[in-house]
Amino acid sequence: MAYQNITAATEDGVAVVTLNRPDVLNALNQTTMNELVDACEGFDRDEAVRCIVITGAGRAFAAGADIKEMAGASAPQMLAGYRFQQWERIRKITTPIIAAVNGLALGGGCELAMLCDIIVASETAQFGQPEINLGIMPGAGGTQRLTRAIGKYRAMEMVLTGRPIPARQAEAWGLVTKVVPPEVVLDEAKGMAREIAGKAPVAVRLAKESVLKAFDTHLEGGLDFERKCFYLLFATEDRAEGISAFLEKRKAIFKGR
Amino acid sequence: MPDTIIVEQSGGVMAITLNRPDVLNAVNDQMAGELRDTLRQGTRDAAVRCVVITGAGRGFCSGQDLRDRAGGPTSYREHLHATYNPVISLIRTMEKPVLAAVNGVAAGAGCSLALAADLRVASERASFIEVFSRVGLVPDSGSTWFLPRLVGLGKALELAYLAEPVDAQEALRLGLVNRVVPHEDLMAKTMDLAQRLAAGPTRAYGLTKRAMTYALRSTLEDALDYEAHMQEVAGRTADHREGVTAFLEKRQARYEGR
Repeated sequence: MAYQNITAATEDGVAVVTLNRPDVLNALNQTTMNELVDACEGFDRDEAVRCIVITGAGRAFAAGADIKEMAGASAPQMLAGYRFQQWERIRKITTPIIAAVNGLALGGGCELAMLCDIIVASETAQFGQPEINLGIMPGAGGTQRLTRAIGKYRAMEMVLTGRPIPARQAEAWGLVTKVVPPEVVLDEAKGMAREIAGKAPVAVRLAKESVLKAFDTHLEGGLDFERKCFYLLFATEDRAEGISAFLEKRKAIFKGR
Repeated sequence: MPDTIIVEQSGGVMAITLNRPDVLNAVNDQMAGELRDTLRQGTRDAAVRCVVITGAGRGFCSGQDLRDRAGGPTSYREHLHATYNPVISLIRTMEKPVLAAVNGVAAGAGCSLALAADLRVASERASFIEVFSRVGLVPDSGSTWFLPRLVGLGKALELAYLAEPVDAQEALRLGLVNRVVPHEDLMAKTMDLAQRLAAGPTRAYGLTKRAMTYALRSTLEDALDYEAHMQEVAGRTADHREGVTAFLEKRQARYEGR
Protein backbone atom coordinates (compact mmCIF):
# COMPACT_ATOMS: atom_id res chain seq x y z
CA MET A 1 0.00 0.00 0.00
CA ALA A 2 1.33 3.39 -0.97
CA TYR A 3 0.93 5.97 1.76
CA GLN A 4 0.28 9.68 1.35
CA ASN A 5 0.88 11.03 4.83
CA ILE A 6 3.44 8.64 6.26
CA THR A 7 6.48 6.75 5.09
CA ALA A 8 7.30 3.25 6.28
CA ALA A 9 10.47 1.21 5.85
CA THR A 10 12.10 -1.79 7.47
CA GLU A 11 15.75 -2.59 8.12
CA ASP A 12 17.34 -5.31 10.29
CA GLY A 13 14.06 -6.34 11.91
CA VAL A 14 13.18 -2.74 12.75
CA ALA A 15 10.32 -0.87 11.07
CA VAL A 16 10.38 2.93 11.01
CA VAL A 17 7.12 4.78 10.44
CA THR A 18 7.52 8.52 9.81
CA LEU A 19 4.60 10.92 10.07
CA ASN A 20 5.23 12.96 6.98
CA ARG A 21 3.23 16.15 6.76
CA PRO A 22 5.88 18.54 8.07
CA ASP A 23 4.14 21.64 6.69
CA VAL A 24 1.26 21.06 9.13
CA LEU A 25 3.58 19.79 11.91
CA ASN A 26 2.32 16.25 11.24
CA ALA A 27 -1.18 16.98 12.50
CA LEU A 28 -2.99 13.68 12.91
CA ASN A 29 -5.91 13.73 10.49
CA GLN A 30 -8.01 10.68 9.65
CA THR A 31 -5.91 9.69 6.64
CA THR A 32 -2.72 9.82 8.68
CA MET A 33 -4.27 7.73 11.46
CA ASN A 34 -5.64 5.21 8.94
CA GLU A 35 -2.24 4.86 7.34
CA LEU A 36 -0.47 4.64 10.69
CA VAL A 37 -2.81 1.85 11.84
CA ASP A 38 -2.46 0.04 8.54
CA ALA A 39 1.34 0.21 8.66
CA CYS A 40 1.60 -0.83 12.31
CA GLU A 41 -0.82 -3.74 11.89
CA GLY A 42 1.05 -4.86 8.78
CA PHE A 43 4.35 -4.81 10.68
CA ASP A 44 2.73 -6.58 13.62
CA ARG A 45 1.77 -9.46 11.34
CA ASP A 46 5.24 -9.55 9.73
CA GLU A 47 7.41 -11.99 11.67
CA ALA A 48 10.56 -10.35 10.37
CA VAL A 49 9.65 -7.09 12.12
CA ARG A 50 10.56 -7.26 15.80
CA CYS A 51 10.26 -3.63 16.81
CA ILE A 52 8.55 -0.52 15.41
CA VAL A 53 9.79 3.08 15.67
CA ILE A 54 7.39 5.98 15.13
CA THR A 55 8.82 9.42 14.43
CA GLY A 56 7.91 12.67 12.69
CA ALA A 57 9.41 14.49 9.71
CA GLY A 58 10.57 18.06 10.22
CA ARG A 59 10.19 20.15 13.35
CA ALA A 60 7.39 18.23 15.02
CA PHE A 61 6.62 14.70 16.12
CA ALA A 62 2.92 15.49 15.86
CA ALA A 63 1.36 18.77 16.88
CA GLY A 64 -2.01 17.22 17.63
CA ALA A 65 -5.23 16.27 15.96
CA ASP A 66 -6.20 18.05 12.79
CA ILE A 67 -8.21 20.88 14.32
CA LYS A 68 -9.79 21.83 11.00
CA GLU A 69 -11.18 18.33 10.67
CA MET A 70 -12.81 18.55 14.07
CA ALA A 71 -14.05 22.11 13.66
CA GLY A 72 -17.47 21.23 12.28
CA ALA A 73 -18.04 18.03 14.25
CA SER A 74 -20.99 17.61 16.60
CA ALA A 75 -20.97 15.42 19.70
CA PRO A 76 -23.02 12.67 18.01
CA GLN A 77 -20.65 12.72 15.04
CA MET A 78 -17.60 12.42 17.30
CA LEU A 79 -19.33 9.61 19.20
CA ALA A 80 -20.36 7.76 16.05
CA GLY A 81 -17.03 8.20 14.26
CA TYR A 82 -14.47 5.50 14.34
CA ARG A 83 -11.78 8.05 15.21
CA PHE A 84 -10.86 6.46 18.51
CA GLN A 85 -11.07 2.88 17.28
CA GLN A 86 -7.83 3.51 15.45
CA TRP A 87 -6.15 4.33 18.74
CA GLU A 88 -7.47 1.07 20.18
CA ARG A 89 -6.02 -0.82 17.26
CA ILE A 90 -2.58 0.66 17.86
CA ARG A 91 -2.95 -0.22 21.53
CA LYS A 92 -3.44 -3.86 20.55
CA ILE A 93 -0.21 -4.07 18.54
CA THR A 94 1.92 -6.75 20.21
CA THR A 95 5.26 -5.69 18.70
CA PRO A 96 7.09 -3.15 20.88
CA ILE A 97 6.76 0.42 19.61
CA ILE A 98 9.31 3.14 20.35
CA ALA A 99 8.38 6.79 19.87
CA ALA A 100 11.33 8.85 18.62
CA VAL A 101 9.97 12.27 19.54
CA ASN A 102 11.93 14.66 17.35
CA GLY A 103 10.04 17.84 18.22
CA LEU A 104 6.62 18.99 19.35
CA ALA A 105 4.36 16.27 20.75
CA LEU A 106 1.17 18.13 21.57
CA GLY A 107 -2.36 16.92 22.18
CA GLY A 108 -2.91 13.85 20.02
CA GLY A 109 0.83 13.87 19.30
CA CYS A 110 1.62 13.52 23.00
CA GLU A 111 -1.07 10.85 23.30
CA LEU A 112 0.40 8.97 20.35
CA ALA A 113 3.84 9.06 21.97
CA MET A 114 2.30 7.73 25.20
CA LEU A 115 0.55 4.96 23.27
CA CYS A 116 4.04 3.72 22.40
CA ASP A 117 5.98 1.50 24.79
CA ILE A 118 9.14 3.57 25.13
CA ILE A 119 9.68 7.28 24.48
CA VAL A 120 13.04 8.62 23.34
CA ALA A 121 13.13 12.38 22.81
CA SER A 122 15.18 15.09 21.20
CA GLU A 123 16.35 17.73 23.67
CA THR A 124 14.30 20.18 21.59
CA ALA A 125 11.09 18.16 22.01
CA GLN A 126 8.13 19.41 23.99
CA PHE A 127 5.24 17.46 25.43
CA GLY A 128 1.87 18.96 26.15
CA GLN A 129 -1.89 18.51 26.31
CA PRO A 130 -3.11 21.94 25.19
CA GLU A 131 -6.72 20.85 24.47
CA ILE A 132 -8.02 22.95 27.37
CA ASN A 133 -7.10 26.07 25.37
CA LEU A 134 -9.66 25.04 22.75
CA GLY A 135 -12.41 24.51 25.30
CA ILE A 136 -12.06 20.73 25.14
CA MET A 137 -9.86 18.16 26.87
CA PRO A 138 -7.58 15.26 25.92
CA GLY A 139 -9.60 12.48 24.31
CA ALA A 140 -7.16 9.79 23.23
CA GLY A 141 -5.71 8.70 26.53
CA GLY A 142 -4.13 11.97 27.67
CA THR A 143 -5.78 12.13 31.07
CA GLN A 144 -5.17 8.43 31.73
CA ARG A 145 -1.74 7.58 30.37
CA LEU A 146 -0.18 10.91 31.39
CA THR A 147 -1.47 10.49 34.95
CA ARG A 148 -0.14 6.95 35.14
CA ALA A 149 3.22 8.07 33.75
CA ILE A 150 3.94 11.21 35.76
CA GLY A 151 1.43 11.21 38.62
CA LYS A 152 -1.72 13.12 39.45
CA TYR A 153 -0.33 16.53 40.32
CA ARG A 154 1.96 16.96 37.36
CA ALA A 155 -0.66 15.59 34.96
CA MET A 156 -3.26 17.89 36.46
CA GLU A 157 -1.06 20.94 35.93
CA MET A 158 -0.33 19.99 32.32
CA VAL A 159 -3.93 19.16 31.46
CA LEU A 160 -5.51 22.14 33.25
CA THR A 161 -3.04 24.81 32.15
CA GLY A 162 -2.33 23.35 28.72
CA ARG A 163 1.33 24.33 29.18
CA PRO A 164 3.87 22.10 27.44
CA ILE A 165 6.97 20.78 29.17
CA PRO A 166 10.45 20.48 27.63
CA ALA A 167 12.03 17.08 27.01
CA ARG A 168 14.34 17.21 30.02
CA GLN A 169 11.41 17.93 32.29
CA ALA A 170 9.57 14.99 30.73
CA GLU A 171 12.64 12.86 31.40
CA ALA A 172 12.83 13.97 35.03
CA TRP A 173 9.13 13.16 35.41
CA GLY A 174 9.49 9.68 33.94
CA LEU A 175 7.61 10.19 30.68
CA VAL A 176 10.77 9.93 28.59
CA THR A 177 13.62 7.49 29.19
CA LYS A 178 16.33 9.12 27.10
CA VAL A 179 16.97 12.64 25.83
CA VAL A 180 19.50 13.16 23.05
CA PRO A 181 20.40 15.90 20.53
CA PRO A 182 17.85 16.24 17.70
CA GLU A 183 20.25 15.00 15.04
CA VAL A 184 20.60 11.60 16.65
CA VAL A 185 17.16 10.94 18.15
CA LEU A 186 16.13 8.58 15.37
CA ASP A 187 19.49 6.77 15.52
CA GLU A 188 19.08 6.38 19.26
CA ALA A 189 15.58 4.94 18.86
CA LYS A 190 16.67 2.64 16.04
CA GLY A 191 19.63 1.44 18.08
CA MET A 192 17.33 0.59 20.97
CA ALA A 193 14.90 -1.06 18.54
CA ARG A 194 17.68 -3.21 17.06
CA GLU A 195 18.64 -4.27 20.55
CA ILE A 196 15.05 -5.33 21.26
CA ALA A 197 14.80 -6.95 17.82
CA GLY A 198 17.73 -9.18 18.81
CA LYS A 199 15.86 -10.66 21.80
CA ALA A 200 13.63 -13.73 21.78
CA PRO A 201 10.44 -12.55 20.01
CA VAL A 202 7.93 -14.53 22.07
CA ALA A 203 9.52 -13.37 25.32
CA VAL A 204 9.46 -9.76 24.09
CA ARG A 205 5.77 -9.89 23.20
CA LEU A 206 4.73 -11.54 26.44
CA ALA A 207 6.90 -9.16 28.45
CA LYS A 208 5.24 -6.17 26.74
CA GLU A 209 1.79 -7.59 27.41
CA SER A 210 2.68 -8.30 31.00
CA VAL A 211 4.01 -4.78 31.68
CA LEU A 212 0.90 -3.26 30.11
CA LYS A 213 -1.22 -5.53 32.31
CA ALA A 214 0.13 -3.62 35.31
CA PHE A 215 -2.02 -0.66 34.27
CA ASP A 216 -5.34 -2.42 34.32
CA THR A 217 -5.19 -5.02 37.01
CA HIS A 218 -4.58 -5.30 40.72
CA LEU A 219 -1.22 -6.64 41.90
CA GLU A 220 -2.32 -10.22 42.51
CA GLY A 221 -3.95 -10.53 39.10
CA GLY A 222 -0.90 -8.98 37.47
CA LEU A 223 1.48 -11.31 39.27
CA ASP A 224 -0.62 -14.32 38.26
CA PHE A 225 -0.61 -13.16 34.67
CA GLU A 226 3.14 -12.59 34.77
CA ARG A 227 3.79 -16.04 36.20
CA LYS A 228 1.70 -17.71 33.49
CA CYS A 229 3.61 -15.87 30.78
CA PHE A 230 6.84 -16.87 32.49
CA TYR A 231 5.86 -20.57 32.57
CA LEU A 232 4.75 -20.38 28.96
CA LEU A 233 8.19 -19.23 27.86
CA PHE A 234 9.64 -22.45 29.25
CA ALA A 235 7.88 -24.19 26.38
CA THR A 236 9.86 -22.25 23.76
CA GLU A 237 12.98 -23.29 21.89
CA ASP A 238 14.34 -19.79 22.34
CA ARG A 239 14.38 -20.23 26.11
CA ALA A 240 16.53 -23.38 25.74
CA GLU A 241 18.83 -21.53 23.31
CA GLY A 242 19.05 -18.47 25.55
CA ILE A 243 20.05 -20.45 28.60
CA SER A 244 22.57 -22.66 26.73
CA ALA A 245 24.16 -19.62 25.11
CA PHE A 246 24.47 -17.95 28.51
CA LEU A 247 26.12 -21.03 30.03
CA GLU A 248 28.39 -21.45 27.00
CA LYS A 249 29.27 -17.71 27.09
CA ARG A 250 28.19 -17.14 23.49
CA LYS A 251 25.59 -14.92 21.80
CA ALA A 252 22.16 -16.53 21.57
CA ILE A 253 20.45 -16.95 18.22
CA PHE A 254 16.71 -16.62 18.70
CA LYS A 255 14.24 -17.92 16.17
CA GLY A 256 10.90 -16.97 17.63
CA ARG A 257 9.95 -20.55 18.40
CA MET B 1 13.76 47.82 8.39
CA PRO B 2 14.93 48.34 11.95
CA ASP B 3 15.70 51.90 12.97
CA THR B 4 17.31 51.53 16.38
CA ILE B 5 20.01 49.22 15.01
CA ILE B 6 22.01 49.01 11.80
CA VAL B 7 22.36 45.58 10.22
CA GLU B 8 25.03 44.91 7.61
CA GLN B 9 25.75 41.57 6.03
CA SER B 10 28.79 40.66 3.99
CA GLY B 11 31.09 37.70 3.53
CA GLY B 12 29.16 35.51 5.96
CA VAL B 13 29.28 38.11 8.75
CA MET B 14 26.18 39.82 10.09
CA ALA B 15 27.23 43.01 11.87
CA ILE B 16 24.67 44.58 14.19
CA THR B 17 25.32 48.14 15.41
CA LEU B 18 23.19 49.44 18.26
CA ASN B 19 22.32 52.88 16.99
CA ARG B 20 20.98 55.30 19.57
CA PRO B 21 24.30 57.06 20.18
CA ASP B 22 22.77 60.13 21.86
CA VAL B 23 21.70 57.89 24.79
CA LEU B 24 24.81 55.63 24.66
CA ASN B 25 22.67 53.03 22.85
CA ALA B 26 20.28 52.54 25.74
CA VAL B 27 17.78 49.80 25.02
CA ASN B 28 14.13 50.70 24.61
CA ASP B 29 11.42 48.18 23.80
CA GLN B 30 11.73 48.87 20.10
CA MET B 31 15.46 48.14 20.11
CA ALA B 32 14.97 44.93 22.09
CA GLY B 33 12.36 43.81 19.55
CA GLU B 34 14.52 44.70 16.56
CA LEU B 35 17.53 42.98 18.09
CA ARG B 36 15.47 39.86 18.74
CA ASP B 37 14.04 39.76 15.20
CA THR B 38 17.46 40.35 13.64
CA LEU B 39 19.13 37.65 15.74
CA ARG B 40 16.34 35.23 14.87
CA GLN B 41 16.87 35.96 11.20
CA GLY B 42 20.64 35.54 11.62
CA THR B 43 20.04 32.20 13.32
CA ARG B 44 17.95 30.91 10.42
CA ASP B 45 20.02 32.32 7.56
CA ALA B 46 22.64 29.73 6.60
CA ALA B 47 24.59 32.46 4.79
CA VAL B 48 25.26 34.10 8.16
CA ARG B 49 28.19 32.27 9.73
CA CYS B 50 29.27 34.78 12.36
CA VAL B 51 27.49 37.65 14.14
CA VAL B 52 29.14 40.81 15.50
CA ILE B 53 27.41 43.18 17.92
CA THR B 54 28.77 46.68 18.54
CA GLY B 55 27.57 50.15 19.44
CA ALA B 56 27.52 53.43 17.52
CA GLY B 57 29.31 56.44 19.02
CA ARG B 58 30.93 56.58 22.46
CA GLY B 59 29.17 53.74 24.19
CA PHE B 60 28.55 50.04 23.57
CA CYS B 61 25.23 49.91 25.39
CA SER B 62 24.11 51.68 28.55
CA GLY B 63 21.39 49.14 29.33
CA GLN B 64 17.75 49.83 29.89
CA ASP B 65 16.51 53.23 28.74
CA LEU B 66 14.90 54.35 31.98
CA ARG B 67 12.92 57.06 30.21
CA ASP B 68 11.30 54.38 28.08
CA ARG B 69 10.16 52.55 31.20
CA ALA B 70 8.66 55.53 33.00
CA GLY B 71 4.94 54.96 33.41
CA GLY B 72 5.19 51.59 31.64
CA PRO B 73 3.86 48.25 32.85
CA THR B 74 4.78 47.45 36.42
CA SER B 75 5.96 43.86 36.10
CA TYR B 76 9.72 43.72 35.69
CA ARG B 77 9.52 39.96 35.26
CA GLU B 78 7.14 40.19 32.34
CA HIS B 79 9.18 42.96 30.77
CA LEU B 80 12.35 40.87 30.95
CA HIS B 81 10.63 37.82 29.49
CA ALA B 82 9.24 39.94 26.67
CA THR B 83 12.37 41.92 25.79
CA TYR B 84 15.87 41.02 27.02
CA ASN B 85 15.54 37.33 27.77
CA PRO B 86 14.73 36.24 24.21
CA VAL B 87 17.72 38.26 22.95
CA ILE B 88 20.09 36.62 25.43
CA SER B 89 18.69 33.13 24.73
CA LEU B 90 19.05 33.60 20.99
CA ILE B 91 22.70 34.62 21.33
CA ARG B 92 23.44 31.62 23.56
CA THR B 93 21.58 29.06 21.43
CA MET B 94 22.52 30.38 17.98
CA GLU B 95 24.86 27.73 16.60
CA LYS B 96 27.38 30.14 15.12
CA PRO B 97 30.00 32.37 16.72
CA VAL B 98 28.76 35.67 18.18
CA LEU B 99 31.30 38.42 18.90
CA ALA B 100 30.86 41.62 20.86
CA ALA B 101 33.05 44.54 19.77
CA VAL B 102 32.89 46.59 22.96
CA ASN B 103 33.62 50.15 21.88
CA GLY B 104 32.80 51.98 25.11
CA VAL B 105 30.74 51.65 28.24
CA ALA B 106 28.74 48.45 28.66
CA ALA B 107 26.43 49.01 31.60
CA GLY B 108 23.61 47.02 33.16
CA ALA B 109 21.75 45.00 30.56
CA GLY B 110 24.32 46.36 28.09
CA CYS B 111 27.01 44.61 30.10
CA SER B 112 24.90 41.43 30.08
CA LEU B 113 24.54 41.72 26.31
CA ALA B 114 28.34 41.87 25.92
CA LEU B 115 28.77 38.92 28.30
CA ALA B 116 26.21 36.87 26.36
CA ALA B 117 28.45 36.91 23.27
CA ASP B 118 30.83 33.99 22.74
CA LEU B 119 33.90 36.24 22.55
CA ARG B 120 34.50 39.87 23.51
CA VAL B 121 36.96 42.16 21.80
CA ALA B 122 37.29 45.39 23.78
CA SER B 123 38.57 48.82 22.87
CA GLU B 124 40.97 50.35 25.38
CA ARG B 125 38.11 52.75 26.10
CA ALA B 126 35.65 50.02 26.97
CA SER B 127 34.34 49.65 30.49
CA PHE B 128 31.95 47.22 32.13
CA ILE B 129 29.57 48.18 34.93
CA GLU B 130 27.08 45.92 36.63
CA VAL B 131 25.16 49.05 37.47
CA PHE B 132 21.99 47.41 38.79
CA SER B 133 22.66 47.69 42.52
CA ARG B 134 22.98 51.48 42.19
CA VAL B 135 19.26 51.61 41.57
CA GLY B 136 18.39 48.80 43.96
CA LEU B 137 18.05 46.06 41.38
CA VAL B 138 19.50 42.62 40.69
CA PRO B 139 21.79 41.98 37.70
CA ASP B 140 19.52 40.71 34.93
CA SER B 141 19.57 39.65 31.27
CA GLY B 142 21.85 36.77 32.18
CA SER B 143 24.51 38.58 34.22
CA THR B 144 23.95 36.37 37.28
CA TRP B 145 24.64 33.37 35.07
CA PHE B 146 27.51 34.74 32.97
CA LEU B 147 29.49 36.62 35.62
CA PRO B 148 30.29 33.81 38.06
CA ARG B 149 31.12 31.53 35.14
CA LEU B 150 33.52 34.05 33.60
CA VAL B 151 35.20 35.48 36.71
CA GLY B 152 34.28 33.19 39.62
CA LEU B 153 31.68 33.69 42.32
CA GLY B 154 33.68 35.96 44.64
CA LYS B 155 34.61 38.47 41.96
CA ALA B 156 31.14 38.27 40.41
CA LEU B 157 29.50 39.24 43.68
CA GLU B 158 32.00 42.06 44.17
CA LEU B 159 31.22 43.46 40.72
CA ALA B 160 27.50 43.16 41.36
CA TYR B 161 27.53 44.63 44.89
CA LEU B 162 29.85 47.57 44.26
CA ALA B 163 28.72 48.41 40.70
CA GLU B 164 32.06 50.03 39.92
CA PRO B 165 33.38 50.33 36.38
CA VAL B 166 35.90 47.72 35.24
CA ASP B 167 38.23 49.15 32.61
CA ALA B 168 39.42 47.21 29.58
CA GLN B 169 42.77 46.10 31.02
CA GLU B 170 41.18 44.94 34.27
CA ALA B 171 38.47 43.14 32.26
CA LEU B 172 41.19 41.34 30.32
CA ARG B 173 42.97 40.35 33.53
CA LEU B 174 39.71 39.01 35.00
CA GLY B 175 38.83 37.03 31.89
CA LEU B 176 35.79 39.19 31.23
CA VAL B 177 37.05 39.94 27.70
CA ASN B 178 39.17 37.94 25.26
CA ARG B 179 41.22 40.76 23.74
CA VAL B 180 41.89 44.45 24.18
CA VAL B 181 42.87 46.52 21.12
CA PRO B 182 43.57 50.21 20.43
CA HIS B 183 40.29 52.07 20.06
CA GLU B 184 40.80 53.00 16.41
CA ASP B 185 41.56 49.37 15.49
CA LEU B 186 38.54 47.86 17.22
CA MET B 187 36.28 47.31 14.23
CA ALA B 188 39.07 46.25 11.87
CA LYS B 189 40.42 43.70 14.36
CA THR B 190 36.97 42.41 15.26
CA MET B 191 35.92 42.10 11.64
CA ASP B 192 39.15 40.23 10.82
CA LEU B 193 38.35 37.78 13.55
CA ALA B 194 34.72 37.56 12.42
CA GLN B 195 35.73 36.88 8.81
CA ARG B 196 38.09 34.18 9.98
CA LEU B 197 35.35 32.53 12.02
CA ALA B 198 32.82 32.93 9.18
CA ALA B 199 35.19 30.97 6.94
CA GLY B 200 35.43 28.15 9.49
CA PRO B 201 33.52 24.90 9.97
CA THR B 202 30.32 26.56 11.19
CA ARG B 203 28.53 23.33 12.12
CA ALA B 204 31.47 22.19 14.24
CA TYR B 205 31.60 25.61 15.93
CA GLY B 206 27.89 25.47 16.60
CA LEU B 207 28.07 21.95 18.02
CA THR B 208 31.06 23.00 20.16
CA LYS B 209 29.03 25.87 21.58
CA ARG B 210 26.09 23.54 22.26
CA ALA B 211 28.33 20.95 23.92
CA MET B 212 30.04 23.50 26.19
CA THR B 213 26.70 25.04 27.15
CA TYR B 214 25.47 21.57 28.00
CA ALA B 215 28.65 20.74 29.91
CA LEU B 216 28.21 23.80 32.16
CA ARG B 217 25.26 22.11 33.82
CA SER B 218 26.24 18.47 33.65
CA THR B 219 28.46 15.83 35.18
CA LEU B 220 31.62 14.64 33.44
CA GLU B 221 29.89 11.38 32.53
CA ASP B 222 27.00 13.22 30.88
CA ALA B 223 29.34 15.63 29.13
CA LEU B 224 31.39 12.76 27.72
CA ASP B 225 28.22 11.16 26.42
CA TYR B 226 27.04 14.45 24.94
CA GLU B 227 30.40 15.09 23.27
CA ALA B 228 30.18 11.68 21.64
CA HIS B 229 26.78 12.61 20.19
CA MET B 230 28.13 15.94 18.94
CA GLN B 231 31.11 14.22 17.35
CA GLU B 232 28.78 11.78 15.62
CA VAL B 233 26.92 14.72 14.10
CA ALA B 234 30.09 16.68 13.22
CA GLY B 235 31.59 13.56 11.69
CA ARG B 236 28.81 13.51 9.09
CA THR B 237 29.34 17.09 7.89
CA ALA B 238 30.76 18.03 4.50
CA ASP B 239 33.16 20.38 6.29
CA HIS B 240 34.67 17.49 8.24
CA ARG B 241 35.29 15.55 5.03
CA GLU B 242 36.76 18.67 3.44
CA GLY B 243 38.99 19.25 6.49
CA VAL B 244 40.39 15.74 6.34
CA THR B 245 40.87 15.86 2.58
CA ALA B 246 42.61 19.24 2.77
CA PHE B 247 44.89 17.94 5.52
CA LEU B 248 45.88 14.91 3.45
CA GLU B 249 46.38 17.08 0.38
CA LYS B 250 48.41 19.54 2.48
CA ARG B 251 46.27 22.51 1.49
CA GLN B 252 44.03 25.04 3.21
CA ALA B 253 40.52 23.68 3.86
CA ARG B 254 37.62 25.49 2.17
CA TYR B 255 34.73 25.23 4.59
CA GLU B 256 31.19 25.90 3.52
CA GLY B 257 29.47 25.76 6.87
CA ARG B 258 27.59 22.51 6.31
